[in-house]
Amino acid sequence: MSALCEIRELEVAYRGNSVPALTNIDLDIHAGERLAIIGESGSGKSTLARTIARLLPAGARVRGEMRWSIGQVPLPGRDLGFVFQDPSASLNPVLTIGEQVAEGARRHLGLTWRTAYERALDMLERVRIPDPAKVLKAFPHQLSGGQRQRVAIAAALAAGPGILIADEVTSALDMIVQAEIVSLLDELVREAGMTLIFITHDIALASGFADRVAIFRDGGLVEAGPTGAILTSPKDVYTRALLASHRDLSTPPLIREATS
Amino acid sequence: MLLDIANLSKRFSSGGRDVAALNDVSLTLDPGETLGLVGASGSGKSTLARILLRLTSADAGSIRFEGKDWLALSGAELRRRRAKMQMVFQDVLGAFNPRATVASVLGDPLRIHDIVPKVERPREIATLLERVGLPASYASRSIREVSGGQRQRIAIARAIATRPSLIVLDEAVSALDVSIRGKILELLVELQQERGIACLFVSHDLAVLRAVSHRIAVMEAGRLVEIASARQVIENPQSSAARALIAAVPRLVTGMPERPHHDV
Amino acid sequence: MRRIRNLMKTPEGMAGFGILATLILVALFAPVLSPGDPLRIAGDPLLAPFVDPAFPLGTDRLGRDVLAGIIHGTRTSLAVGIAAAIAAIAIGLCVGLAAGFAGGLVEEALMRVVDAFQIVPSFLLALAFVSVIGASVPVVVLAIALGAWADPARLTRAQVLSIRERDYVAAARVIGMHPVEIAWKEILPNALPPVLALSAIIVAAAILTEAALSFLGLGDPNIVTWGSMIAEGRNVLRSSPSLSIFPGIALVVTVIGVYLLSEGFGKTLAGSEA
Repeated sequence: MSALCEIRELEVAYRGNSVPALTNIDLDIHAGERLAIIGESGSGKSTLARTIARLLPAGARVRGEMRWSIGQVPLPGRDLGFVFQDPSASLNPVLTIGEQVAEGARRHLGLTWRTAYERALDMLERVRIPDPAKVLKAFPHQLSGGQRQRVAIAAALAAGPGILIADEVTSALDMIVQAEIVSLLDELVREAGMTLIFITHDIALASGFADRVAIFRDGGLVEAGPTGAILTSPKDVYTRALLASHRDLSTPPLIREATS
Repeated sequence: MLLDIANLSKRFSSGGRDVAALNDVSLTLDPGETLGLVGASGSGKSTLARILLRLTSADAGSIRFEGKDWLALSGAELRRRRAKMQMVFQDVLGAFNPRATVASVLGDPLRIHDIVPKVERPREIATLLERVGLPASYASRSIREVSGGQRQRIAIARAIATRPSLIVLDEAVSALDVSIRGKILELLVELQQERGIACLFVSHDLAVLRAVSHRIAVMEAGRLVEIASARQVIENPQSSAARALIAAVPRLVTGMPERPHHDV
Repeated sequence: MRRIRNLMKTPEGMAGFGILATLILVALFAPVLSPGDPLRIAGDPLLAPFVDPAFPLGTDRLGRDVLAGIIHGTRTSLAVGIAAAIAAIAIGLCVGLAAGFAGGLVEEALMRVVDAFQIVPSFLLALAFVSVIGASVPVVVLAIALGAWADPARLTRAQVLSIRERDYVAAARVIGMHPVEIAWKEILPNALPPVLALSAIIVAAAILTEAALSFLGLGDPNIVTWGSMIAEGRNVLRSSPSLSIFPGIALVVTVIGVYLLSEGFGKTLAGSEA
């Protein structure tokens, strides 16, 4: 796999903060891969996502390089789709779903409104929204959290970008919807041959579908590599601690159970 | 039996339709026991918690708490008895008055219920902080200067300040980093063993409930569909809701996922 | 206070604070800066400004010192402006809190009263009030407040409705806090900041309304105000425009100072919420 983007010595600091949010990041992103960026709060994972998508706030200082193999830097919307954590905040409450999904297609593909709406309908079907024709005319508050996130994904993919960045897209959703959204993303990205950058704090969630993982901590990259390798033989003590703190149904409970 | 909820129901009307948020739910809780209440969003588990805490009203049903008709209480008597039933919220940011200090957060319940005489309060606050693993010097800090995991510890300290017999936790660890979650859950289990506090732990994450619950109750669309020991529910689920929740818990997949490779 | 220090960090806050602090000092020390009654006849009439060092800004038609008038006028403008703003906010807070907490019919009734007061143009309301009751400083203050209280009321009610749903208010109920204590300690202090931000605008509007009332001859006739000075100068506008221009400049500077201060406050509030 060729490197779609080579990040070298990246350093990002927000305005007014002397401590950088990211320091000395060297990371490759391969074309067509599913890369999971894993870290806890304050690790800088969201900052990395926003730096790649050029969504940093005014006054943020960026140093280092991001070399893209596709020639120019990807344009958000056309080459790069971004899905945010909170679908209630990332969707405009006064615009219909149809307008919001069609907007990207219209702007970047130069479609007429009518064609863009048809494309929006198609996108809503692909993200498996029930009754998509009705949802086109609905408003965000009429949908559930999981449905809103599906709409946000449809909007991000409307212009057919080659890269999708998902920033903690399941953290605000319950377990069942989380599993559905993850499997939806996996399928969409594979169908279209897109590159997926999946930001999460849940290493187990990422392990289910990511090709490679990159572990972040306190603004630095701890280690990165193929998922299987990192999870079975983690090199860094922090990665080991992260794996150890994972709880699932087979982890022995903390309480003393009555033998029944 | 510490808590006896019988035939609890609540309806909401939304958009002209009537939605049953809770439909004839009954469950019991013994002293010192943790009952995990699990369900997808919209299952009614949070509504149950809010009705239990008298933050919203029920349309039908009864709740007996410590032998008294809990829903019939009101006014000063209700406020007094609230000392025995406390809550830890999910949203670590919103759960505290932004202008509060740690000392005022812990001092309020001590003062309202006269747990210790006024002169003893600073010492009691220090004891509470230390019990939840925070240094006593935190008392003078503003609540905004404290990190998420630390705030949840303070929320737990606030909850145990009035010597409750029941604590309701509504997604209390969902917003915390995974590495901190374990410590908070351990703290809760310790406190329960030490003080005999019963817990009603509401969550959509079965893995969290497995860690701390004696029994688990599964809710779906406002109904209680399964209730059994934690081990029973996890190993031998009877309801489709339980099975779906079990399947949804992410597992560490260390082998390569099976799928067609791209050309490398 | 931490807030004032933060305020000083913004250029607007610093400028606004500087202007207003100067004005407040001038108002406080007016009798020292310019002893004697500013309405007394001090010199020859219609002296040009910047000519005689005894009368730096000249004199008006009756020979009254313009600078003395401006210095003493500061007292009236600031006093009326601030008093009217305090009255408006106090009334607005009470009505807003009552509406937000009561709910139901009481809330509906109160909000319709708020609507009524918002629909009537505030200046006309003040005008009508002063014309009917008679002009004196307390009446002018009340008249301006009547026109200005509806905005803070609406904002307070919105804040109360929003804060009531927050988790920390629920937490206060769960620990058994008395509803009155919840309103006073949990809700009110958090509802205040946006309402207080409004106060700067109300002060500015009040100062201008007072000037306009005085200009129309509806202010208190026994004291000097910038508005009455502008009115006085109207008669000789072509020959001695400075008589109206100087008090006009004073008004502009005051209002700009108030706006800058409120901008600075807005910025520090936005920064501290982050």
